[in-house]
Amino acid sequence: MPIRPLALLPALALMLTGPLQAAPDPADWEAVLDEARGQTVYWNAWAGDDRTNRYLEWVAGRVADEHDLTLVHVKLDDTSAAVSRVLAERSAGNLDNGSIDLIWINGENFAAMKAADLLHGPFAERLPHFALTYPEHNPEVVTDFTLPTEGYESPWGKAQITFYYDGNEFSGDGTMAEEPPRSIAALLAWAEANPGQFTYPRIPDFTGSTFLKQALIALAEDTAPLYAPAEESDFAAVTAPLWDYLDALHPHLWRSGRQFPATGPELRRLMSDGELSLAFTFYPSEPAAAVADFELPDSVRSYVLDEGTLGNVHFVAIPFNSPHKAGAMVVANFLLSPEAQAHKQDLAVWGDRTVLDVARLPEADRTRFAIDEENPAMLPAGALEQTLPEPHPSWMTALQDAWRERYVGR
Amino acid sequence: MLRFAPWLITTLLVGPILAGLAMAVLPAFGYLPALGGTDFSLSPWQALFAQPGLWRSVAISFASGLVTTAISLAVVLLFLAGAFGSRLDRWIRRLISPLLSLPHAAAAFGLAFLIAPSGLLARLVSPELTSWERPPDLLIVNDPWGLALMAGLVIKEIPFLLLMSLAALHQLDAERRVAMARSLGYRPAIAWLKVVAPSLYPLIRLPAFAVIAYASSVVDVAMILGPTLPPTLAVSVLTWFNDPDLSRRFMASAGALLQLGVTAAALASWWGLECLVRRLGRGWVTGGQRHAGERALRLAGKGLILLAAVTALVGIAGLAIHSLAGFWRFPDALPQAFTWQHWQRALPSLGGPVTATLTIATASTLLALGLALAALENEQRSGRHPAQGRLASALTLLYLPLIVPQIAFLFGLVVVEALGTRPTRWLVIFGHLLFVLPYVFLSLSEAYRRFDPRWMRVALTLGATPNGAFWHVRLPMLLAPLLTAMAVGLAVSIGQYLPTLLLGAGRVPTVTTEAVALAAGGNRRLIGVWALMQASLPLIGFVIAVGLPRLLWTHRRGMRGSP
Repeated sequence: MPIRPLALLPALALMLTGPLQAAPDPADWEAVLDEARGQTVYWNAWAGDDRTNRYLEWVAGRVADEHDLTLVHVKLDDTSAAVSRVLAERSAGNLDNGSIDLIWINGENFAAMKAADLLHGPFAERLPHFALTYPEHNPEVVTDFTLPTEGYESPWGKAQITFYYDGNEFSGDGTMAEEPPRSIAALLAWAEANPGQFTYPRIPDFTGSTFLKQALIALAEDTAPLYAPAEESDFAAVTAPLWDYLDALHPHLWRSGRQFPATGPELRRLMSDGELSLAFTFYPSEPAAAVADFELPDSVRSYVLDEGTLGNVHFVAIPFNSPHKAGAMVVANFLLSPEAQAHKQDLAVWGDRTVLDVARLPEADRTRFAIDEENPAMLPAGALEQTLPEPHPSWMTALQDAWRERYVGR
Repeated sequence: MLRFAPWLITTLLVGPILAGLAMAVLPAFGYLPALGGTDFSLSPWQALFAQPGLWRSVAISFASGLVTTAISLAVVLLFLAGAFGSRLDRWIRRLISPLLSLPHAAAAFGLAFLIAPSGLLARLVSPELTSWERPPDLLIVNDPWGLALMAGLVIKEIPFLLLMSLAALHQLDAERRVAMARSLGYRPAIAWLKVVAPSLYPLIRLPAFAVIAYASSVVDVAMILGPTLPPTLAVSVLTWFNDPDLSRRFMASAGALLQLGVTAAALASWWGLECLVRRLGRGWVTGGQRHAGERALRLAGKGLILLAAVTALVGIAGLAIHSLAGFWRFPDALPQAFTWQHWQRALPSLGGPVTATLTIATASTLLALGLALAALENEQRSGRHPAQGRLASALTLLYLPLIVPQIAFLFGLVVVEALGTRPTRWLVIFGHLLFVLPYVFLSLSEAYRRFDPRWMRVALTLGATPNGAFWHVRLPMLLAPLLTAMAVGLAVSIGQYLPTLLLGAGRVPTVTTEAVALAAGGNRRLIGVWALMQASLPLIGFVIAVGLPRLLWTHRRGMRGSP
């Protein structure tokens, strides 16, 4: 039988790429560090907030010094673009030379990538610094929107919906109530009394979508279906109270609900311009940080709703076809280091809360995380204990589609 | 060798566009094996037409194409008619190059900061005139009718149409025509509109088409100023393309084709309008009216262009103020303090994108310049006369990348990238070349063809070879227009958003992609820094284009030419 040289090509290609293909094993961390040296890691991360971007620059500088690798922040306006790219690469047969090495991810994007086998792993639980999160005491670092992460993504930070307002405008001088609304129901009454002073980011922005979920949890008669896939319940019936609520709320929003700001940071800008009196953010320390940056007046105060607010953990993951997995792991591990986590939590830097279990850290590391509880713009101590868990990721996409169906092009 | 230049240009321009369109057609009908689409079907179209707000997107894209062009063209014609030879005329002519080099995104940001309810204008008049203590709850930027979008485009298209008109006017001997009409008793502006404008329009028809196509399919300006619920069609297509649900890519391809149809429909409607204006205008031109409306025409001619130019300049000034602003509450007209902090913070991240921008711009411009020179030199040596202005001429091909909506064929090209080649800077440079080449060619061809052929003949009779005459006589004498063409090329490349984004896969960050990416965050101080950076880079090219000939030919006034 004649040997067809062309038929050998795939085998040859496999032989050539073989040694590169062996995924680095984080158990042998020294080997990972060696392999990572000199690599260029492309990190696709949402870039809508310059505080975050500056933190990523700092990380790039630190990993360059420490581990001799180049970290490039590929700036995204929506993480779904990265998911789409990895999927397209696999569909086109690009199995080992993808263009993304690390993705900042959680929720529905993680669910989509994991379901489609687009992630490398499990790696996260074997990263040297992962132990500092003490997952046995903090199950949220291994759970993403009800789904177990199973080591396919490494925790990076914690977010929780936090409302903030300008205390001077709520001083009780007759124009406005003394207290901002402390529940979703009270928010509607407040918006009716103060038209044009509140809004939420345009769907599909993740902060805006989270507001929908927050409202749905507060309004739904039974929240149990929200923690199972959306297909398993009667979507229209479960969400009917939400749409009634939004229909009533929208005419009293900023721009009468005919336009919405693009992102959470734009809400902050509108607060700073005095267009809004009440806003919310995913980063509990953002208001205090914005005061320090002269973006917001120092009369700003933060609070969470009495019924609690949605909180989640955000992660980093490695696509299956990343050519620089070792470098990506080194970056993921660095992000978990007490140094990087403390710097991230610093109000002057980003203000994103740590995923490490600070109480269990050694004394020297613990002091890095001291939070300035005296800061009047910060939440009062203990406010974040009322964390509502995220619904199943399918609700996010279903709500987004239904919202667009209802409110786009009206 | 030279003989191949026109072929090379044609292939370079037409090839990728046809390939790109073909690659968009197949997925639009369900065929894209890489994503599991192996059967032809109409389901992408069904999904597309089921999109909420689709027809609104379509209507706004269509209207934006026509309205932007009509207003820009009217302003340019009125200006030429009403301000010819005035001091304003000279001032505006000096402003054309900087205004033309101003990237669309930077101009859009400038306008947005100016007219927003919390923008500069509202701050200037508040609270004294308006008693606004806080920004009014008005929907101005991102308005659902796309008016802000059209305004932003008009500001940028006026300089383009004006430059094209000024170049074409050289062929028309406008002064003598106007003098003739005036001797018959026509007032100057009316005379110009009646005897020059009808001959001028056919010469700037293709540029007008390019404006229609651009305005109906632009992405970056629409992201900054355009409506949001729903956005314009081109922006929607981009969103669908990036959806994690890959089946949406089929729909995005269908949307890209729909965009092609919308642009074609806008062009067809424009053609219809041309017929209408020709029919209605004939009576007016030959009616014998010599005075009526002269004053209004002159006033409009000067006022409108002044408004556009001042808006652009104040917008840029607004960017500068924001980039230096400390705490700045509404309705303070100026920040309470100025700070370098935003620049200092942005500086470390500016370096990479600025280098990438300049590398890509220089490479694509030099390539384009080489190709344009080869084609023009070939034209001279073979003695062929270019048929300018006629739709059927080869020149039309040059306009192809400017008339086919970017989003329609770039998607097809991205399929190439998705097939496994990693996005490289070269791919981006090639993508930019598609848009840089036409502008460089158009900008250079006028001077090249007007170059007195006797210089070359003298050189040849003195024993120089054709190549020697080209290098030692023609090029040095054409230095000023060459440098201007380069500056135009650089400016075009620096302003490109969609080709950089799609072909570079977001991994080739330029100042333009970075600035537009910041739009969503709404941090005006940071946007100010980036947009100002984006606006100043092309200026470097124009400064060199004006300064270098003066420096080199300090003692030879005749060689300096007019840039």
